[in-house]
Amino acid sequence: MKYLCLICAEKVMEQMPRPDADKHFEEYREFTDAVRKSGHYLGCNRLLPPDAASTVRVRDGRISVTDGPWVETKEQLGGYYLIEARDLNEAIQVAARIPGARFGCVEVRPVAEDAQTLQALGFDTQEAAA
Amino acid sequence: MVDRDASSDPVRQSMPAAAAVRAKVEEIYRTESRRVFATLIRLLGDFDLAEEGLHDAFRAALEQWPEQGVPANPRAWLVSTGRFKAVDTLRRRARFDFVEDLDDRPHPAGDESADEGSPGDSVEDDRLRLIFTCCHPTLPTEARTALTLREVCGLTTEEIARAFLTAPPTVAQRIVRAKARIRDARLRYEVPERAELPARLDSVLRVIYLVFNEGYSASAGDSLTRADLSGEAIRLGRLLVELLPEPEAIGLLALMLIQESRRAARTTPAGDLVLLDAQDRSRWLHELIAEGTALVERALLAGPAGPYALQAAIAAVHAEAPVAGATDWAQIVGLYDLLLQREPSPVVELNRGVAIAMRDGPAAGLAVIDTILNRGELADYHLAHAARADLCRRLGRHAEARVAYTRALALTRQATERRFLERRLAELAA
Repeated sequence: MKYLCLICAEKVMEQMPRPDADKHFEEYREFTDAVRKSGHYLGCNRLLPPDAASTVRVRDGRISVTDGPWVETKEQLGGYYLIEARDLNEAIQVAARIPGARFGCVEVRPVAEDAQTLQALGFDTQEAAA
Repeated sequence: MVDRDASSDPVRQSMPAAAAVRAKVEEIYRTESRRVFATLIRLLGDFDLAEEGLHDAFRAALEQWPEQGVPANPRAWLVSTGRFKAVDTLRRRARFDFVEDLDDRPHPAGDESADEGSPGDSVEDDRLRLIFTCCHPTLPTEARTALTLREVCGLTTEEIARAFLTAPPTVAQRIVRAKARIRDARLRYEVPERAELPARLDSVLRVIYLVFNEGYSASAGDSLTRADLSGEAIRLGRLLVELLPEPEAIGLLALMLIQESRRAARTTPAGDLVLLDAQDRSRWLHELIAEGTALVERALLAGPAGPYALQAAIAAVHAEAPVAGATDWAQIVGLYDLLLQREPSPVVELNRGVAIAMRDGPAAGLAVIDTILNRGELADYHLAHAARADLCRRLGRHAEARVAYTRALALTRQATERRFLERRLAELAA
């Protein structure tokens, strides 16, 4: 099964003192290397800080764009890992090793893999099983 | 968006010889993974680390076996690879300051004589150690069942949640907490000493029977997955009897098999409940009954009968009767008397009352049930009121029967039982 691990923290890399950020990057390199080797890894990315965000809405056929993220919380989304795990507990175990989990938190969300979703997103069942 | 890193997965690239090895690895995963896991916990002293080691070992098998061939003793290979990988992981993490939460862990056995691969006792002992640890009395009951199903039976968190009609995060949390508790309380990974065994075994048997009943009361939710749960409990029961043939373990397995034999007959195709006396006995699975009955005899010969063996014996007496009318109620009452001595409980008393009604007539049974209810016990137990209602009905005391059926109906949430009680009420009105 696939799980998306959303990393939330009060400070993203850009907001950390340089040495702290360097250390944190190094931890992420190590972690990512480990999950690639273990076969859990499907994808990951780091996001630029929320002040780089634009929020898009379409109402009555008109596009509206506002600055910033759509929610204002202390903890901000900083990046994600998409992983493959046997079950939720294995996913939690992997998520617990994401370096950000020790400063902020990681939300683990199962990826919807029902037939309607797979069809709508253009994944055939074979691909989903792989 | 799903870009699986294909280059790190050599097996996927070289079909079809690799496909054969992959199939072999999957087969070994099904038959051996729980054994390997149980041994890794002993060697590494930690559930999570063992799980990672297990995962890494099977991953390594997928990578290496296509080239190197399947080893002569796959289990030993997987254990030593899993241990090696886990120790490596620990070292790597120590370098990266992850040590805070590792300090407390017992050091992964440097003891090379811990002889992971040797067949026979030690490996099977590991499976027993795992069962006893997962069913440890210091863990909350719900955690015991979730942990046992995941770690011993290999079910996924999501499957357990579905079977127990619970949300997966709730089950996941129970499992995480239970493992933390095992670690923090430093619960020993061991088969209990003889003196401690009866109490500890009782906890194991309770977990297994709870899992069985959860699957047997096909009342709510997806009845198919619930049936699987009973199958899982029976598999666990068989494993326990194989590893530790204590009379009560044998008794529980017998009880489950005989109850399971009636599964098809106890509901109509529409899902309505059919009571024992109205069941089509040709639909009972006689193979299971024969196996269960033989086990009952084995359990009873092994010493003073315990509660599970006695309940199994009662189920066996029912199973022996070719038609409901031929049931040996005198013997059943006698077995309930023994059961009451061993394990006094108002529910057993209630069942004895029903048996007495069958042996001596409804008035005698009603007297027993009213004695219990007048003591103020079982007032909220729907089956007590349903039994009372049934006996009143048979005595022609319809007004009382109606009151008791209505009370039973108010107390039960199980859909099949509700429909059954509603039918009985409607019949009374007619």
